[in-house]
Amino acid sequence: MTDRDVLLEVRGLKLEGRSDETWTPIVNGVDLTLHKGEVLGLIGESGAGKSTVGLASMGFCRDGVRIAGGSVNFDGIDLVNASAATKRSLLGKRIAYVAQSAAASFNPAHKLIDQHTEAPVQHGVKSRAESEKDAIELYRKLRLPNPEEIGFRYPHQVSGGQLQRAMTAMAMSCRPDLIIFDEPTTALDVTTQIEVLASIRDIVDQFDTAAIYITHDLAVVAQMADRIKVLLKGDEVEEADTRTMLSAPKEDYTKSLWAVRSFQRPQKPAVQTGATSVIAVKNVTAAYGKTPVLFDVSFDIHEGRTVAVVGESGSGKSTTARCITGLLPPREGHIEFEGTALPLDYRKRSKDQLRQAQMIYQMADTALNPRKTIGELIGRPVEFYLGLRGREKRKRVEELLEQIELEPSQYINRLPSELSGGQKQRIGIARALAAEPRFIICDEVTSALDQLVAEGILKLLAKLQDELRLSYMFITHDLATVRAISDEVVVMKDGRVVEQGQKDDMFTPPHHPYTDLLLASVPEMDPDWLTNLLAQRGADNIGDAAVDKMT
Amino acid sequence: MNSVLRILVQRIGLGILTLFIVSIVIFGSVNLLPGDFAQAILGQGATDEAVAAIREQIGLTKPFWVRYFDWLGALVTGDLGVSYSQLMFAANMGGDQLIPITTQIAPRFYNTMFLAGLTAMIAVPFSLFLGVLAALYRGSVFDRGANIFTLSSISSPEFFLAYILILFLAVQGQWLPSLASVKPDMPLGERVYTTLLPALTLTLVVTAHMMRMTRAAIINLLASPYIEMARLKGISPMRVVVKHALPNALAPIINVIALNLAYLITGVVVVEVVFAYPGIGNLFVDAVRTRDIPMVQICCLIFAAAYILLNLTADVLSILSNPRLRHPK
Repeated sequence: MTDRDVLLEVRGLKLEGRSDETWTPIVNGVDLTLHKGEVLGLIGESGAGKSTVGLASMGFCRDGVRIAGGSVNFDGIDLVNASAATKRSLLGKRIAYVAQSAAASFNPAHKLIDQHTEAPVQHGVKSRAESEKDAIELYRKLRLPNPEEIGFRYPHQVSGGQLQRAMTAMAMSCRPDLIIFDEPTTALDVTTQIEVLASIRDIVDQFDTAAIYITHDLAVVAQMADRIKVLLKGDEVEEADTRTMLSAPKEDYTKSLWAVRSFQRPQKPAVQTGATSVIAVKNVTAAYGKTPVLFDVSFDIHEGRTVAVVGESGSGKSTTARCITGLLPPREGHIEFEGTALPLDYRKRSKDQLRQAQMIYQMADTALNPRKTIGELIGRPVEFYLGLRGREKRKRVEELLEQIELEPSQYINRLPSELSGGQKQRIGIARALAAEPRFIICDEVTSALDQLVAEGILKLLAKLQDELRLSYMFITHDLATVRAISDEVVVMKDGRVVEQGQKDDMFTPPHHPYTDLLLASVPEMDPDWLTNLLAQRGADNIGDAAVDKMT
Repeated sequence: MNSVLRILVQRIGLGILTLFIVSIVIFGSVNLLPGDFAQAILGQGATDEAVAAIREQIGLTKPFWVRYFDWLGALVTGDLGVSYSQLMFAANMGGDQLIPITTQIAPRFYNTMFLAGLTAMIAVPFSLFLGVLAALYRGSVFDRGANIFTLSSISSPEFFLAYILILFLAVQGQWLPSLASVKPDMPLGERVYTTLLPALTLTLVVTAHMMRMTRAAIINLLASPYIEMARLKGISPMRVVVKHALPNALAPIINVIALNLAYLITGVVVVEVVFAYPGIGNLFVDAVRTRDIPMVQICCLIFAAAYILLNLTADVLSILSNPRLRHPK
């Protein structure tokens, strides 16, 4: 690699962010060297400053961020001191960007192809007609369905995975020397992610484009990058080529990242047949208006057990949870609690019935009222369900805070905005526990968290389950989480249960073809994993294409 | 396209229903007003027989609902009735040629629409332009200047603005006539010239709202990921605002424009009086002064219809500005 020309050189890059009218450092001196045609993986947890570094290496800062020191040199041009016009002439033309959420980053008011051709036409690289022809060619190369026609659709008419590929095509429109990929597959389902990964890798290879690939997913970066750099809270931890980094990480922090995936709680013994379940979903069929979403869904959740409900977005996982809690009364079938049928509509359930089933949400940020203190947030259900007031209530809130391993005196008067993501999620757990339920629905509770933090939450949930004999329904699309925490697994697809059983059985073949596809799509740490998988299955037997074949 | 059509039909149905309810409110509240209209027409010295005859003639002896539906039925067939001032003229002066309200109101209506249209043609592009520039250079001297200018013009009473403009443009400058006395046979150019001063006054009144909404709606979008994407493609700031932000900011802007256009039709009373402009506003003021009930009712109904129609149009346009509805999956 070292024999190739240096394309991008970042030295001692310092970035500051503005909060409460003062500038605080967010990145303290990062060095980065990228050669032509090379892919550098930038990993770290959220808040590590990955995206900010990625954008700064394009000479771009978001509002409220500024470059406080260091240099960014792109092919002989000093991007820190360059004029806005100079930077504009490079952006889109020689340096391109692929954002995390293609659905949010395509302008909803214009067709894909109009957005694709904008950069080449504005930069005077190609005429509109040439660029359109080229777009169709790129769509074909990225294996988008109907390449001739797909560009003439609006963003909302195209699926997430396809949009992400269209955005990669758009980044390629001027054949840039450098592309910044900012978590391009984080928002996608696993089966969709694998297709996008394969096509991004292909096209970067074909045009010999240099890239910075930003992600928090080690297994993903292992497939994509030649070299990996690890960031922690704005500091550089270490850098090495991919294979060395995976097999022999030097720093403790890197090692801990690598180790996270190994957390696994042993499966509990199967319950005796005939034992009464805590929650039983019996032949539930449900619809939103006229659109049917669930078809004849049945499964049981027993005391002290965790049932993981797995599936991709739109498979009906959350809808099932809504049926159980009575937010969406099913059309047919019913929900049983300890053997007796619950009223379908939550408004008809008694306070005690409501108390038994609680929920923890994916986004602790939006699930906690930002204007209430922690004490009020947890105290509310304590008062509402248990009728405790005054000193008793406060005592109970303190007990709950201890249970979730947060020091009561320190946290009880804080607002949610003064807590970290993981702490907020713990408050969500305490609020659910406050009702003293038998059963808790955890809806993607760890998917917005970093791996280390997520692991802490999973361990806490496992501990609470053992102490309080709780039953969990764990909604997730992440199979690593399933492996870590569940006893039983329910696989859902298009509103139907395709397979269910004990965890250990589910992770050993033979599988239902869809389960098999899901399992096969989860990236592994092996840098050759994607290459091998493609060789083994062929490009048409992975991802959405394979799902389509199945149905 | 089906869903758009359904929404359209729904909105139009709602509009008609609103208009119907408004007509009941207008007719009812005008009937609650104290005083005997027949007495008012004939004056103090009228005999009881004459008053009774007039009451019979204009239908005041019938019950409320019968009168309402007679009135509504006539309206629907395009018969707006005859104003009391015409009846009074006929009763006192003799003669049987009664001029219907339709004939009285038509030229006035045309004049008001002309003034509103002219103002809209100046004010809408002007405020969009100012709003876009203010969003583009937000925080700059231009932005603050535009904000102060539009805010102070909306905070001043209309007649004050009108007199200021008359002072500078008509009295000192002698560029524009201070009286906007348009005549039916005026050629277009002269008509525009004559109407320009009231139109400018109204422009000053409505610009602030529209300009500030344009600015706010655009700035609201500037933090969104697709705007960042456009900037990362190296697109010029002006193009980012006009091509990427503005189309997505249209819905709130259209709604504010519609409210202001409706104001141009219903709120012109003061300006029409100041400039002696022969529009509906002036007619309305006269009708109220002379207790000319049928005329007041019709004027109110026209104002209400203008409001409903413009808001309906705004609703439909902002629905159509959403590509998700225009191009379903």
